Amino acid sequence: MIIGLDVGGTHTDVVLLDAGGLRKDVKVLTDPSDLFHCVLSALEAISENLNPAKIQRIVLSTTLTTNAIVQNKIPPVAMIVSSGPGIDPEFYRTGPHYFTVAGCIDHRGREIEPINPAEIHDIASRLKKEGIHQIGVVGKFSVRNPTHEEQIGRILQPHFKKIFMGHRVSGNLNFARRIATTFLNAAVYPIHKKFYRAVQDSLAARGLHLPLRLLKADGGNMRFEASVDYPAQTILSGPAASAMGAVPFGRQQEDCLVLDIGGTTTDMAVLIDRVPVLNPVGIELTAYKTLIRSLETLSIGLGADSAVVVEDGKISIGPQRLGAAMAYGGTAPTPTDALFVLQNIAGGDRGKAIDGLKPLAQARGIELKQLATEIIEVTCRQMLSAAGRLIERMNSKPVYTLRELQEGYVVRPQSILLLGGPAPQFAPHLEAISGLPVQVLPKWEVANAIGAALARTTCDVIFFADTEQQMAEAPEENFSCRIDASFDCDAAVRQACELLRSKAIACGANSQHLEIEVAEAQQFNMVRGFYTIGRNIRVRVQVRPGVIHGYDDLIARLATSP
Amino acid sequence: MLTAKHKTGLVFFPAFDWAISPTHPEREERLLYTQDQIFEEGLFDIEGIVELKPDPVALKDIQRVHFCAPDIASVTTESHFISAGGAKTIGKAVLEGHVQRGFALVRPPGHHACRVVHGARGFCNINIEAIMIEYLRQAHGIDRVAIVDTDCHHGDGTQDIYWHDPNTLFISLHQDGRTLYPGSGFPFEFGGINAVGKTLNIPLPPNTSDEGFLYALKNIVLPILSEFKPEIIINSAGQDNHYTDPITNMNFSARGYAELTALLQPDIAVLEGGYSIEGALPYVNLAIVLAMAGLDFKRVKEPDYNPSAIQQAPAVTAAIEKTAEEVLTIWQQKDNLRDQLMAQENPGHRRRNIFYDTDGIHESQTEDIRICPDCPGTLRIDSTSDHGLHVLAVHIPRKACARCKAAGYEWYDAADTDHFDRIFLQDRPEDAYHEKGPGK
Repeated sequence: MIIGLDVGGTHTDVVLLDAGGLRKDVKVLTDPSDLFHCVLSALEAISENLNPAKIQRIVLSTTLTTNAIVQNKIPPVAMIVSSGPGIDPEFYRTGPHYFTVAGCIDHRGREIEPINPAEIHDIASRLKKEGIHQIGVVGKFSVRNPTHEEQIGRILQPHFKKIFMGHRVSGNLNFARRIATTFLNAAVYPIHKKFYRAVQDSLAARGLHLPLRLLKADGGNMRFEASVDYPAQTILSGPAASAMGAVPFGRQQEDCLVLDIGGTTTDMAVLIDRVPVLNPVGIELTAYKTLIRSLETLSIGLGADSAVVVEDGKISIGPQRLGAAMAYGGTAPTPTDALFVLQNIAGGDRGKAIDGLKPLAQARGIELKQLATEIIEVTCRQMLSAAGRLIERMNSKPVYTLRELQEGYVVRPQSILLLGGPAPQFAPHLEAISGLPVQVLPKWEVANAIGAALARTTCDVIFFADTEQQMAEAPEENFSCRIDASFDCDAAVRQACELLRSKAIACGANSQHLEIEVAEAQQFNMVRGFYTIGRNIRVRVQVRPGVIHGYDDLIARLATSP
Repeated sequence: MLTAKHKTGLVFFPAFDWAISPTHPEREERLLYTQDQIFEEGLFDIEGIVELKPDPVALKDIQRVHFCAPDIASVTTESHFISAGGAKTIGKAVLEGHVQRGFALVRPPGHHACRVVHGARGFCNINIEAIMIEYLRQAHGIDRVAIVDTDCHHGDGTQDIYWHDPNTLFISLHQDGRTLYPGSGFPFEFGGINAVGKTLNIPLPPNTSDEGFLYALKNIVLPILSEFKPEIIINSAGQDNHYTDPITNMNFSARGYAELTALLQPDIAVLEGGYSIEGALPYVNLAIVLAMAGLDFKRVKEPDYNPSAIQQAPAVTAAIEKTAEEVLTIWQQKDNLRDQLMAQENPGHRRRNIFYDTDGIHESQTEDIRICPDCPGTLRIDSTSDHGLHVLAVHIPRKACARCKAAGYEWYDAADTDHFDRIFLQDRPEDAYHEKGPGK
């Protein structure tokens, strides 16, 4: 049996699944001020009267790290940055403890200027005096040659418990984003580690001795033990859970738009042939642009409980949410209230919804039902226009080869998959306005938690080889080896796949069912004068997001269940 | 946060799967390290720098500029359509106001491609700047354009295309043609009879440094531009003046290129040559983009940059000062020069031989232009290549008068398909293109 849990802005959803179906689902209210209690009570509720031995995995998607960053509730972090010439690294300052130091590596990984150990020793003793415990080290082009970061790391080692190094958080080029990514990892590390360790301990006290798994922004999971080296990968796992919830029900050979309509926000993603589209660069969260691998998602401040705004006679929805819908005792009219006017919905107070919308209808001189329809239509149009922007962003992604430009895949959704509480009520309206078939996911209210439960372990390996310098590197994996002139693209792909395999298994993947994909494999002849002096090889392999093996029956059963 | 002063569009199309030949300077690897540098510097994350995806040009865009013998398909590949398309994408974005300025970092280059194209010369097949400019004139109605070519090689193709156009000012700064391909670009090449002084050539001696380039820019180019008052300025931004370039002999630096860009303030820059793919291009391209965006470029420098090692010799400085005087005189005396030319026999006629070094083709041309008091004059080119193709090309200019238009069609209609393999007509006022030939 598997437990999947997803903390949302309003509710925390948790499900219990086995191959036979969805055994149980529970919703508890989210208390952002006490996430620990909220997660634990949800887990207790779902595992009540259950033999702990029967649980095989628990996957959590929480807002812990996201909230810590958004609310700036993070400890002080020191960053040591060596850049050499180029854009002034002062622009990437992360806070008061930000030190730019000597050292320079060029685009091929050659040392241009060494580091200055005395400078690092000075900084270390200063930081110790100031009581700074979190530290990150980033060098420009460190993913081509991590030596400087490692040298600095060795000097700092005796003084700090945990040091985050740029080349270990991502193998991609982008110095500014590497600084931000390293900073965020160092910043959320203590919170992350303390929180999940406490969850794990509490579960152990109840006889559940399971390694926790955490959902990442790319829609895959990883073991808690592996996550302490990359805690920032758990940022924005919420939208990923929604997308993963839709994956089992996406249509083959088709592009599907996924909409998760919540109370406060709507999360969007796109599936191509049942695989969620990945963001080509990395997460952006508040002012931080990062290299954290993620799904290409969009969250907009527009949900079923967003406030209805009338300005100059024009209706718009959100982004503010002024509490619950009026049907549930709130004070401001919302799309939920409009739904109450139009349909018979169990649970809330239809009379209050009507009372709330009536003055608006009178002011506009229209029938109540007409106003309600207008509100729902505006809500749908705002969602669809945001979805249009997301798709436009995917399609305008630049490419760098003739082949890619000629074969350029154009994303064009042929259907919409809907989840979230009010999904069935919105479905007919979205279908009418978009002209696309809309499918409400089975168990739409907890489909996100099901998505978290069924997500497989994902990871990628970025591999770089330069036969002239006789070096092959996968800096993120702490891998480097000497190669000779015969090393080529095929050898690089083989080596990268091997690294990916062991990485995936260490992160918690099922070694029997690893689906490895070569995302990129490029080989350039390096020519100087009229002679080929070597090959420059770039490879990226990945386990892309998808559903774990062995749950096809469950999915089929869910799809046909009423 | 790092924010560009001028919103700047970039098309980056390194064509990682296209080469003239495996060891040719124009090969897959050319922009590899530039890509690494601009990705690592996070250029596309800077607020106000926008990466645009190139749309390939249409056949029509090429027909507006070139006469391709025997046809466009025979002298181009898909990569040329995309490279020209990159320039066009940037031009559109600037004129439609999406960005203030733009840089097309594309390959292959184009400034050696002349109006008639029999094949590749100087690594160029079609002229990507000219295709962009004529598109912009057609779609956005711009008229006066200045092109400043800062590639180390004389921009002889662009010169050829605008030789007779009084509304296009073409200025080329380059290594002295006596010491480098294509061997042209002397001050005495100053435009055709209807456009005297609208082509200006500034040959610079080998080993010219930042000092010399910036002197020529400040003392020749900028004053002339301010007199000409172009609606847009285009920079053919070749980067082979760099001190590390393997096929030239100049001493220009990344910092120098950035200062040049900051002074020139081009609306649109288009990458041309530049073959020091590790030591120069990553730094020069970074510096140019920063300069275009109005960002600080003073911290950009090559790992081996040593200003004293590439200091300009006094003799070089003296030679540049002399050339400056000569070029300024041509500009100031352009009306007198035209009068002198008019006194000569048959001033609208020229004969030339053009060598296509990349493809090994020899072309002979006879060119005649109508000397017209009312318009830039219809042009007729009779071209033969040693590969056996004989074509007649008639160009009716954008602002042609009624008489010149009629003359163009008379030339075209009268031309005998028994005599030529292809007969072409560019009717720019109507944006039309006609061709005929045996079997057509």
